[in-house]
Amino acid sequence: MELSQRVRIPVHTDQVWQALNDPAVLQQCLPGCQLFQSTGNNEFEVAVQAKVGPVKATFKGEVALSDVQAPTSCKISGSGKGGVAGFAKGGADVFLEATEDGAGTLMSYKVSASVGGKLAQVGSRLVTGAARKMADDFFSNFVRQLSGDENMQVEIETLEA
Amino acid sequence: MVEQSIGKSVLRKEDMRFITGKGQYTDDINLRGQTYGYFVRSPYAHADIGDIDVSAAAGMPGVIAVLTGKQVAEDEIGGLPCGWMIHSKDGSEMKQPHHPVMAGSKVNYVGEPVALVIADSFVEAKNAAEMVDVDYMERDAVVYAETAQSAPIIHEGISANTCYEWELGEKDATEAALASAAHVTNYEFTNNRLIPNAMEPRAAIADFNTATEDLTLYTTSQNPHLVRLIMTAFIQLAPEHKLRVIAPDVGGGFGSKIFVYSEETALAWASMKLGIPIKWTAERSESFLADAHGRDHVTTAHLAMDEEGHFLGLKVKTTANMGAYLSTFASSVPTYLYGTLLAGQYKTPNIYVEVDAVFTNTAPVDAYRGAGRPEATFLLERIVELAARETGRDPVELRRINMIQPSEFPYQTPVALEYDTGDYEASLNRALKMADYDTFGERKAASEAKGKLRGIGFSCYIEACGLAPSQVAGQLGAGVGLWESGEVRVNPTGSVTVLTGTHSHGQGHETTFAQLVASRFGISVDDVEVVHGDTGKLDFGLGTYGSRSLAVGGSALSKAADKVVEKGRLIAAHLLDTDADKIDFDDGEYRVRDSNQAKTFQEIAFAAYVPHDYPLEELEPGLAEKAFYDPGNFTYPAGTHICEVEIDPETGVVEIDRFIAVDDFGTVINPMIVEGQVHGGIAQGIGQALLEGCVYDETGQLQTGSYMDYCMPRADDLPSFAVGLTSTPCTHNPVGAKGCGEAGAIGSPPAVINAITDAIGVRDIPMPATPEKIWRAIASTTRSAA
Repeated sequence: MELSQRVRIPVHTDQVWQALNDPAVLQQCLPGCQLFQSTGNNEFEVAVQAKVGPVKATFKGEVALSDVQAPTSCKISGSGKGGVAGFAKGGADVFLEATEDGAGTLMSYKVSASVGGKLAQVGSRLVTGAARKMADDFFSNFVRQLSGDENMQVEIETLEA
Repeated sequence: MVEQSIGKSVLRKEDMRFITGKGQYTDDINLRGQTYGYFVRSPYAHADIGDIDVSAAAGMPGVIAVLTGKQVAEDEIGGLPCGWMIHSKDGSEMKQPHHPVMAGSKVNYVGEPVALVIADSFVEAKNAAEMVDVDYMERDAVVYAETAQSAPIIHEGISANTCYEWELGEKDATEAALASAAHVTNYEFTNNRLIPNAMEPRAAIADFNTATEDLTLYTTSQNPHLVRLIMTAFIQLAPEHKLRVIAPDVGGGFGSKIFVYSEETALAWASMKLGIPIKWTAERSESFLADAHGRDHVTTAHLAMDEEGHFLGLKVKTTANMGAYLSTFASSVPTYLYGTLLAGQYKTPNIYVEVDAVFTNTAPVDAYRGAGRPEATFLLERIVELAARETGRDPVELRRINMIQPSEFPYQTPVALEYDTGDYEASLNRALKMADYDTFGERKAASEAKGKLRGIGFSCYIEACGLAPSQVAGQLGAGVGLWESGEVRVNPTGSVTVLTGTHSHGQGHETTFAQLVASRFGISVDDVEVVHGDTGKLDFGLGTYGSRSLAVGGSALSKAADKVVEKGRLIAAHLLDTDADKIDFDDGEYRVRDSNQAKTFQEIAFAAYVPHDYPLEELEPGLAEKAFYDPGNFTYPAGTHICEVEIDPETGVVEIDRFIAVDDFGTVINPMIVEGQVHGGIAQGIGQALLEGCVYDETGQLQTGSYMDYCMPRADDLPSFAVGLTSTPCTHNPVGAKGCGEAGAIGSPPAVINAITDAIGVRDIPMPATPEKIWRAIASTTRSAA
């Protein structure tokens, strides 16, 4: 599954960058996230409960930030094991650029996800939808959190792959 | 006098228990002190195994033991062997990777077992399995046949992931025929990978008696003796006389229950190790992952013709996906069950076939209903169809002018087989009549008038069945003999118990074999009981596959019955005070020729067991005889299938308007059972053509792992089939039977695809021809026409 999207955030790039590097913010924004704890050196221990079609499982694993170019881009990658549900791997390449007026930020991201085991066996048709929803929810929550507007209608623009 | 039952549609004796829930399948059996096994399976297609931490699982409620692949390796059990040696063109032996009973150091497909949890209940075993923590280091997966030879190596020492590079036929002569031909038709295609889906999933109970050291394995097998032989001689689990394999009622096999798998073997090993009975019944998800799959060939073929349309040569190159390991008979399927069938019903003088078998990180692939022969038939009947269209010939007439004629038998093909008999045009003509071919044009016009597309497709198939002459099979690399045993025990009251080494898992042997024996003795079918599926009760046997049961097993029973008749004749001669050669046996009576003196079969049986008036000096008491029958040749069922479809161009949905199958199975014992076998085979063949397709993604994850994504044919996908029979009895077995179990699945797929491509006016459409593919194909033709 691959997904390229762009979203406009009404705060300065530096502020977005800071939030993107704050485990507490990330945990709040990631649906079903039960644990998002720094283990140092841009690495985090993570537990996320996710449901894909008939399969519901808690995935435990690691998330790492790499290729960090503060404050404009980084690569987030993670993988988790969900016991007999199988495993999930995913990542996002995130790019930040200032809007023309300099006050806001255009955040674009390319998300990829893949699953294995039971999840893939019974849920392959549903994985794309589930991963897309998770990405949408995460980035919408992220924008709302930064904007300080819980009820904000976040408009996410999908880019051609 | 009892009515002669051969050729009569006697209702199946076994059905009462099946339809009233009184059958006894493996999962219905429960032993005292029984425990339950659950397998931990790899979620990765290709990965090294690091540590396996079983401590959490071992501490879960009800858990008795957690055994891993590492322990299998320590105990030096296995690996699982492949029973057919294929040699490459250069004379080298095929490469056979070690196939562990459970993976210990590396996993090679998703679903491969790595650990077995044994607990007091199924739920406890399954819950504990979630707690087994396996450390995997993922590798890149090799998934598709097309790319396997240039991909990273799966098994150390097996270069280019290639098991063998096999060939058959005359290369130079075939290439010369192609070079000089007036027309050459080329065809590249994939024969889609299938997942078997027997109604009953695999199941087993292993029960080791620590006092007697007897191991009993109840299992869903098509050939319990072969399971015993392999577990004894190759896997070295237990001595042959200490291992009893029982395959009770089995709910469908289609090939997938021929093989000796990891799970049953691991269970037997664990039961011996722990001294307790252990049961395992596959969940449907496990069946998708870990039953041997079928087909999965990628092929390029070239058919050469002269000006008049006579076939001159056929050149074929196939790459066959073996999956991660060689399953029990995997190597024979794309070679001797495939290449040898490429003459079909035709007099093609030059044929050359090359097959590369490759390993991938997918479930092992082995025989599935038809096994190699559907792949050969699909190739041939599609390329013949294309050749007819390319040269503007009627597809029926092109087939007809190339067919082997009845006067030309026995017919030696250029690909090793010698056909004994047949009349291909008789089946073709009958099928054309049943299909109302003459008025097809009217129906096509009527369809067009309502905006629909109508097409017709033909398939004239042949198969080699009655597996198999042992010496021929041995020369070709088979690791076992392929004869069959039969025993006819006449009981003192004159009823008969028949024991056969074949196995019935839906085929109706308990009826067909009863008819065969009852008619020989002139007794009622109800007075014959057929016993099968238990190594503790029977002589050695080789089971049921390759449409062999009646042709080979029935022939063994026929010979055993002959011996009973002859012994009875000697007893009758004594009782009637005459010479044996003056006694005729007919309609259940031994009669002194030209007299009214007679003894019934029952009287003779009684005399044999109560030998008060009996020639004991010359003749042993009792009336039970055995026979082993090794066939002299394969049998060659053949026939014509015709499929007529109507397609809605707006949706791509195919409606099969009619499907006609006319088959020559030689002598038919029970037409109703034969028709049922044909129906089931056609349903599976239409499933392959329209609905079924196994898909792995590029990382080796099975995408079609449930009925949400793997589409099985249902009643409303199928028309009412029209089935007809012609008959040229087999010339070399005493029954005259050729076998009917696989024909439907062999003949039907090309008929369906020929009909669809005829209807929508495209050259090819890949199987399964789903409405989406058909709709897109129609859209592309309308675009290019516009």
